[in-house]
Amino acid sequence: MKHIATLNKANLKETAKHGGCGECQTSCQSACKTSCTVANQKCEQA
Amino acid sequence: MIHKYKLLDLNIVMDVYSGAVHVVDDIVYDMLDYCLEPFIPEAVCPQFIIDAMSDKYSKEEISESYSDICELVNLGQLFTDDCYEEIAKNWNKQSVVKALCLHIAHDCNLRCKYCFGDTGEYRGGRCLMSAETGKKAIDFVINNSGSRKNIEIDYFGGEPLMNFDVVKEITEYAKEEGKKHGKNFRFTITTNGLLLDEAKKKYINENMSNVVLSIDGRKEVNDRMRYRIDGSGSYDTIVPKYQDLADSRNQTNYYVRATFTSYNLDFTKDVMHLADLGFKQTSVEPVVAPYEEDYALRPEHLPQILDEYEKLAKEYVKRYKDGKWFNFFHFMIDLDQGPCAIKRLSGCGAGHEYLAITPQGDIYPCHQFVGNEPFKMGTVYEGKLNQDIVKYFENSNIYTKDKCRDCFAKFYCSGGCSANAYNFNKDINKPYELACEMEKKRVECAIAIAAVKKMS
Repeated sequence: MKHIATLNKANLKETAKHGGCGECQTSCQSACKTSCTVANQKCEQA
Repeated sequence: MIHKYKLLDLNIVMDVYSGAVHVVDDIVYDMLDYCLEPFIPEAVCPQFIIDAMSDKYSKEEISESYSDICELVNLGQLFTDDCYEEIAKNWNKQSVVKALCLHIAHDCNLRCKYCFGDTGEYRGGRCLMSAETGKKAIDFVINNSGSRKNIEIDYFGGEPLMNFDVVKEITEYAKEEGKKHGKNFRFTITTNGLLLDEAKKKYINENMSNVVLSIDGRKEVNDRMRYRIDGSGSYDTIVPKYQDLADSRNQTNYYVRATFTSYNLDFTKDVMHLADLGFKQTSVEPVVAPYEEDYALRPEHLPQILDEYEKLAKEYVKRYKDGKWFNFFHFMIDLDQGPCAIKRLSGCGAGHEYLAITPQGDIYPCHQFVGNEPFKMGTVYEGKLNQDIVKYFENSNIYTKDKCRDCFAKFYCSGGCSANAYNFNKDINKPYELACEMEKKRVECAIAIAAVKKMS
């Protein structure tokens, strides 16, 4: 494509089918404790 | 749903439901204003789009750009449908407890002005957790974690180093019991650093997978809010200790963690100050406080805060390009392999997967609910949880929060912090608006930074 560069291959919909193992950290544990950011966490299956 | 914005000299388009992120040129960026949802690709560009854009772009460019948009739609990377609402509605969550925040000390050797823990007391008086209570908490999480292997323990306070012998005793007990029960315990400690010494450093480095080191940035900023009982600032004592600890951990698996307030809305300077001190892992968070406090962030501060995040993003990219890399927690994002959709729907886990334990062994949904009596869920001695409270938290997700419905950032923040929502709006399903606005800007910045890195 000449006009668009796609940055990622991830498809969230696929992970809805196969995700949810629950082994990941809860979200408040790394460095926040007063807010909630989930998307910067690691997937344990990655 | 899509979200488009310009940042760091890029035109960015997020496709909310697939998670795809695109960098587009000006013509596609403009054309998307005419591509309304539900978008159905057509063989040729509709005449109304050509008419609207032909004063600025050639017919050929318009036609090419329209084809590119259609191609992405057909690949499922643009204007994708929301398939998650049904999943959320029919969700029969069978949560297990996978993380505990152990309030090792409801006491502190600092009197930080903004402390949400009431300078360590949490509305319940100063006290320390006993090893016995800590061990009961370990037994509790083993018994309530089902088949989950990885269990996280956060040592929190007050100041956990004031009760470090108990930290060690609980850690050794957890490791021992973990082996017996097939659990892998991972430990984190949050500290203000005053009591760090060689022996504690050694134990922390051998046992803690993460360390959070509190410091607010520039000396005057830190010492205005983070001072001892006698009023003296903590900066000069903690900086060398933190530098030593960070180096001893090879500049990984730790964070220096700051809080910014209305007194340092120019917090980019504090982030850069921490980076200039040599720290490679940084986190600077907005204070959460009632609006009447002099240091609180209020809606009138928002324009300046949002500008400051953009400023920080620009400076961050500059440092990256200059080979002076450091990591800023809220700009971390993995576009290829972040958390799964299920995780993004359900949020932080407070109240069902993540619980806080007081020095007395009382259980609360998270550290920010501690001392809020109606949210007491049980005790580690009884070993049972109030299931009404568990369900209240378990059932909350981005589809139970009306404000999240049309928000592009919902799969990045998962609906925000329940404690903040409750404290400001008395309902965990009504997110705290000020935090939402800041989070949206941080998501935009994080994605733009990731785009710059990928494009370079």
